[in-house]
Amino acid sequence: MSVLVYIDHSEGHFKKASLEALSYGAKLASQLGVTAEALLLGTVSEDLASLGAYGAVKVHQVGQESLNQLDAGRYARLVAEAVKATGATVVVIANNLCGKAVAPRLSARLKAALVAGAVALPDTSKGFVVKKNVYSGKAFAHVSLDTAIKIIALNPNAYPVSKGEGKAEVSALNVAVDPSKVTVLSTTQASGQVPLTEAEIVVSGGRGLKGPENWGMIEELAKLLGAATACSRPVADAHWRPHNEHVGQTGIAIAPNLYIAIGISGAIQHLAGVNRSKVIVVINKDPEAPFFKAADYGIAGDAFEVVPKMIEAVKKLKGMA
Amino acid sequence: MKILICISKTPDTTAKIAFTNNNTKFAAEGVQWIINPYDEWYALVRAIELKEKDPSTVLHLVTVGGADTEPIIRKALALGGDEAIRVNLDSSDSFSVAAQIAEIARQGYYDLVFTGKETIDYNGSSIGGMVAELLDLPYISLATHFELNGTKATVVREIEGGEETDEVLLPVVVSCQKGMAEQRIPNMKGIMGARTKPLKVVEPVAITPLTSVVAFELPPAKAGVKMVSPDDPAELIRLLHEEAKVF
Repeated sequence: MSVLVYIDHSEGHFKKASLEALSYGAKLASQLGVTAEALLLGTVSEDLASLGAYGAVKVHQVGQESLNQLDAGRYARLVAEAVKATGATVVVIANNLCGKAVAPRLSARLKAALVAGAVALPDTSKGFVVKKNVYSGKAFAHVSLDTAIKIIALNPNAYPVSKGEGKAEVSALNVAVDPSKVTVLSTTQASGQVPLTEAEIVVSGGRGLKGPENWGMIEELAKLLGAATACSRPVADAHWRPHNEHVGQTGIAIAPNLYIAIGISGAIQHLAGVNRSKVIVVINKDPEAPFFKAADYGIAGDAFEVVPKMIEAVKKLKGMA
Repeated sequence: MKILICISKTPDTTAKIAFTNNNTKFAAEGVQWIINPYDEWYALVRAIELKEKDPSTVLHLVTVGGADTEPIIRKALALGGDEAIRVNLDSSDSFSVAAQIAEIARQGYYDLVFTGKETIDYNGSSIGGMVAELLDLPYISLATHFELNGTKATVVREIEGGEETDEVLLPVVVSCQKGMAEQRIPNMKGIMGARTKPLKVVEPVAITPLTSVVAFELPPAKAGVKMVSPDDPAELIRLLHEEAKVF
């Protein structure tokens, strides 16, 4: 019996969403009176034993380099093997791009119940019930997982990383790895940036900024706060900013601790992608902008005057001015 | 080329979300229903584009739902598609839905199965992956571009902070999102034609659901916005630091 946590990685590093999943899995394991183990497919430059600090007793690795490339079918087969080898009764995986590809396949393969988009630890007082986001952030559902093996895909930024002490025992999982059915022809990736879905703070700009040449202050504020930058749909459609920065219903859905919307009116489609943010700040010239109704803090004012003053205040706070 | 497109019925994006029966049932009264936007704008329209390029392409629509989904299926047929299949099952369990679709796909020998990246009600992102596993086919999730290339497909999919171009042998299951195609409005000819297109109703195969919804819950209402003077943005930064404690 164990809780098996799948560890996603990119560019040699563990994904933050997976460290959240491991912290969650370790807490769940202690709730169930079992141990938490981790599984990593592929290779990383980090020390696998260090996952012990997040609660993993053991780390299993299938260390083939070809596994650094996502193939949902192959991953699901290997995770299923690991479930068998470890006797895991719960699998926890981050509900990020990798998790969304792998978890449903694993569920169908094992005929194991899946909750995709979990936001809290299971309620095990009566069955095994997990709270998840539904209706694009406008409601929650409490979903009962009705099979012996259960799969929880945990939303990024829904559970805090908890780091303590300790080293995990690392072992190679001895399984056959078949060739991938998917050939990767090319990859383009902006490296070194905070990925939007993992960012704790996001600074976002809309049409109110008038043109791409005015994004300097957005980027400066974001950099000072260690934040990722984002934009609204009209901005991405006008090619002022790349499409992978578009947050909203048709773009990326995010749930940072702080979302700062600058020059965005707050159409319902935009809100659907950001309404899970813990704190929302809206800066808009129009005091009637609908976004203020969904905000925690607001300034009805000209972004071109307000944002530079915010930058000054952050610098002062950080002892930089 | 035979393509199966999965269509789901969802409440309109602007619909008020509320629950009845002691928070166990979605309050459907007065709600306007639409084709799940990802299924419509991206999966279906991209499939229609492929048929426009190669008119020998056959497009089948599949939906898993009760008779109340038929207006949505007719609307989808008005955009394009040759015929539709409705599996007569109303379920909130993704696996039950995916297993029905897999059964239809198995019988129809499709080269391609398209789904939307998720539905805007359950937000599960699960159907495509489950169907692929049940059919033992490759699965490309969150695709932004799709091109056919003989017996192969070239698919661009989203990865964190960028994109990846993949090549895969058909048949394949693809979940579609923004970038695949542009939204279309059905024209009068399409709407008239859709009335006579075949809509087959089949009974579901027996599947044991893996999950069940115990209850729904609405998030607590926001306390209301705290407005700060535009002359004093430093006060906003102080509040975020000392009150909200977000940095």
